[in-house]
Amino acid sequence: MNSETLTYRLTVNGVDHRVEDAWLGESLLYVLRERLRLPGAKNACEQGECGSCSVMVDGALLCSCLVLGAAAVGSEITTVEAIATTDPYAEPGAPLSTVQQAFVDAGAVQCGFCTPGLIMAVHDLLDRLPDPNDLEIREAISGNLCRCTGYGRIFEAVRIAAVVRNRPRGEGAA
Amino acid sequence: MSVETPVVTGSKHRIGTSAPRPDGVAKVKGDFEFSSDLWAEGMLWAHILRSPHASARIVSIDLSGAWKIPGVRTVLTQDDVPGRKLFGLEHPDQPVFADGTVRYYGEALAAVAADHPETARRACEAINVTYEVLEPLVDPEAAITAPPLHPDGNIFRHLVIRHGDQNIVGDVTIEGTYEVGMQDQAFLGPESGLAIPDPDGAGLELRVSTQWLHSDMWQTAASLGLPEDRVRFVLSGVGGAFGGREDVSMHIHLALLALRSRRPVKIVYSRLESFLGHVHRHPARMWYRHHATRAGDLVRVEARLVFDGGAYASTSSAVLANAACFGTGPYKVPNATVEGWAVRTNNPSCGAMRGFGAVQTCFGHESQMDKLADALGLDPIEFRRRNALATGDRLITGQKITGALPVREVIDALAAHPSPADTRATDDMMARPGGAGRTADVDHIQRGYGFALGWKNLMFAEGFDDYSTASCTVRGGQVSIKTACAEVGQGFVTLVEQIGRTEFGVDEVTIEQSDTTIGSAGSTSASRQTWMSGGAVKAACDSVRAKILQHVAVRHGVTIDVLEIRDGHIVSLNREIDITLADIDETFTDTIEFHHAPTVHLDDDGQGDAHVSFAVAAHRAVVDVDTGLGLLRVVEMATSQDVGRVLNPLQAIGQLEGGAAQGLGLAVMEEIVLDKGRVRNPSFTDYLIPTALDMPTVVIAGFIEVPEPGAPYGAKGIGEPPTISSTPAIAAAIRNATGLELPRVPVRPQDIVFAKLR
Repeated sequence: MNSETLTYRLTVNGVDHRVEDAWLGESLLYVLRERLRLPGAKNACEQGECGSCSVMVDGALLCSCLVLGAAAVGSEITTVEAIATTDPYAEPGAPLSTVQQAFVDAGAVQCGFCTPGLIMAVHDLLDRLPDPNDLEIREAISGNLCRCTGYGRIFEAVRIAAVVRNRPRGEGAA
Repeated sequence: MSVETPVVTGSKHRIGTSAPRPDGVAKVKGDFEFSSDLWAEGMLWAHILRSPHASARIVSIDLSGAWKIPGVRTVLTQDDVPGRKLFGLEHPDQPVFADGTVRYYGEALAAVAADHPETARRACEAINVTYEVLEPLVDPEAAITAPPLHPDGNIFRHLVIRHGDQNIVGDVTIEGTYEVGMQDQAFLGPESGLAIPDPDGAGLELRVSTQWLHSDMWQTAASLGLPEDRVRFVLSGVGGAFGGREDVSMHIHLALLALRSRRPVKIVYSRLESFLGHVHRHPARMWYRHHATRAGDLVRVEARLVFDGGAYASTSSAVLANAACFGTGPYKVPNATVEGWAVRTNNPSCGAMRGFGAVQTCFGHESQMDKLADALGLDPIEFRRRNALATGDRLITGQKITGALPVREVIDALAAHPSPADTRATDDMMARPGGAGRTADVDHIQRGYGFALGWKNLMFAEGFDDYSTASCTVRGGQVSIKTACAEVGQGFVTLVEQIGRTEFGVDEVTIEQSDTTIGSAGSTSASRQTWMSGGAVKAACDSVRAKILQHVAVRHGVTIDVLEIRDGHIVSLNREIDITLADIDETFTDTIEFHHAPTVHLDDDGQGDAHVSFAVAAHRAVVDVDTGLGLLRVVEMATSQDVGRVLNPLQAIGQLEGGAAQGLGLAVMEEIVLDKGRVRNPSFTDYLIPTALDMPTVVIAGFIEVPEPGAPYGAKGIGEPPTISSTPAIAAAIRNATGLELPRVPVRPQDIVFAKLR
């Protein structure tokens, strides 16, 4: 495969990474997980159906399995590993983002395989729509499959996160 | 046995509270290590070559093409299996790699380890297999008498239950034939793991996803021809299971590759391989004839069940036994004749999935109960209530129910819950059947209501001693607990912490790594781990607590009965002794093997005390159907469940909601579609599981808490019942909305539209 490899640089979570002699067919998901040791994005279908691999690329929510790693050169990539530090609504120094904390508090996590993708999708939703109604929540996360929860506690987590984020500043964490 | 109550309280997050998961923070951060996240220096990647035919004779396998590819380190076939050539959960009948014959689409033929996953895939493509393609045997009914597909024959099990009068006839009889399609567990974390050979090459460690570490270890060690203590299994992060990880999948292949290459080897199935690489829920054909008196008492049930077990045995025998034993529902049935077959075909192998046989027959018996109520002119809920089993009654296997079985309480709690308001006229377009397609016409939307009751056993049955092992160690105030229990997402780890906090009154409990250095915990299946491994953990804690009290009693010259542990302190009743656990230097430890009450194998008439305990659930579904388009939306599901005791309300809600979702999937969308044994939809594009738009609110109308004697804290397992009655409740609601018979699940749009056209 030597003729099919390339060395390139990726900017992930604000850090510049060198990706060396990578096969051109490697998805961004594979590069993140296997080359950059950022396994937070998950590999449940690798064809864009389940949302487990969701990351932000230049501010857009994407399935990283559908993007070639080499095609993400020059983009700003944010993964679940950095979402707590980039959440403007989180208390300073909080270990979790508002959405992550809500998922823990609401019991929205079972096996947890879909969770990182959902965390990314819910951040994207609440950044766009700070006070979503029930249908808007369902529509926004309908691209993220969860097999354990039946989504009930996930809806609750989204509602909790929305309340926390809409609270006037200075009222403290829940 | 009496129901015990916790003797030590004080710490928060004890038994009965919504204690948070110990792995929750790591999981939301993406830090939790799943078996597909593992990595080792210098590791290779594995890939498996699979058959494109459902039935074929293997004429030759030429590996030379694979070996020529740079980066390929190891190529293996069945010839390279040093030990037992066959594996299997109940009965070893499956070759590690296809051995001269291919019996199902996707059967493994060879394995490759290479320095990059793409290299391994290309190497598999370069293996040249010559097949003599055979006509697959795909009709389970025909398989009963067809020439055998395997030296062990085509009948995994033929079971007859004869109970009471075999000739009695009721005033009213109702017949029906029902079908259930093949469902997939569709856990999100693909089969994956990392094998690391020992430096001496004579053993290895496998870090994997599984439901039962020891079963994998026993089977893998046998096929490797190695002593069991040289094949160490360690639980990695498991991305869901639902029965699909009870059988060995890639474990033996991965171990062979690591031993042969003397390098760490990682494997991660694609979703396609996952669909082909694990067992599914048995598709079933079920004929029923119910007899009742004119007043509405069940007189007799006759049934004939044919379960397609696919190519290899897996747990077909036990699945069939469950289907038959629970096949008449949680009702008093004084006379019964149930004949069941589980057979071998060239379809994909079937085995465990949440509900384990009881799911299929629940669709049958509940469809019949509705038909019979209709024929009798009775309210279907009242008809069920009238015939409900209770403690002291007998199953059709003759077994007397000695534990809690609050069937009427479950029915009543659900029946008391009000139905949701009818908002069809004002619903947002997006909320109508068809959703974002915005195709449904409000004038064609019919609303239907359905009710169903289901049950199954807890723990393994028919004489199987599925014990669990736990150790508890207290040292300097630190409580640590170890089991080999597979946490697959259900929250057993939370329960371990809750038990430790409850029994010692401490806030912190350490959970040690789950692995095979301790005795078996049995399988994370059959709704059994809360009872069995929870019971083992509690028993180990009880033993260590007694040792600590004994130690303090001797040291202070008092009798043990004046001491108790409270909030991490050992105190005497008169408060003269008050020392903290942390003040005691000694280490106290014990390891306990926990067994349930013995059971027996069913006899030739299907009679015997084959089961340990039972649990009941009920569902009511409300469904809107666009009868012209065949589109539907489940508006609400409500449920009540016999749980013994709720140990963690938040986790219990999660089980009831998640189980209902899988039942909804089987009712209206989930089916592995086969064409002459070939899987036509092995992807999440074509095999649909419920999304956030498909899943309605699940209303918990009642946790029915009648403590179960012998169960730790009186709690029953709660994982499977939510998946049993949810499917027939939805099917009943669609029938109610459409007036159609709908004898098959999943109900597809064409089942509604074409039936109307006819």
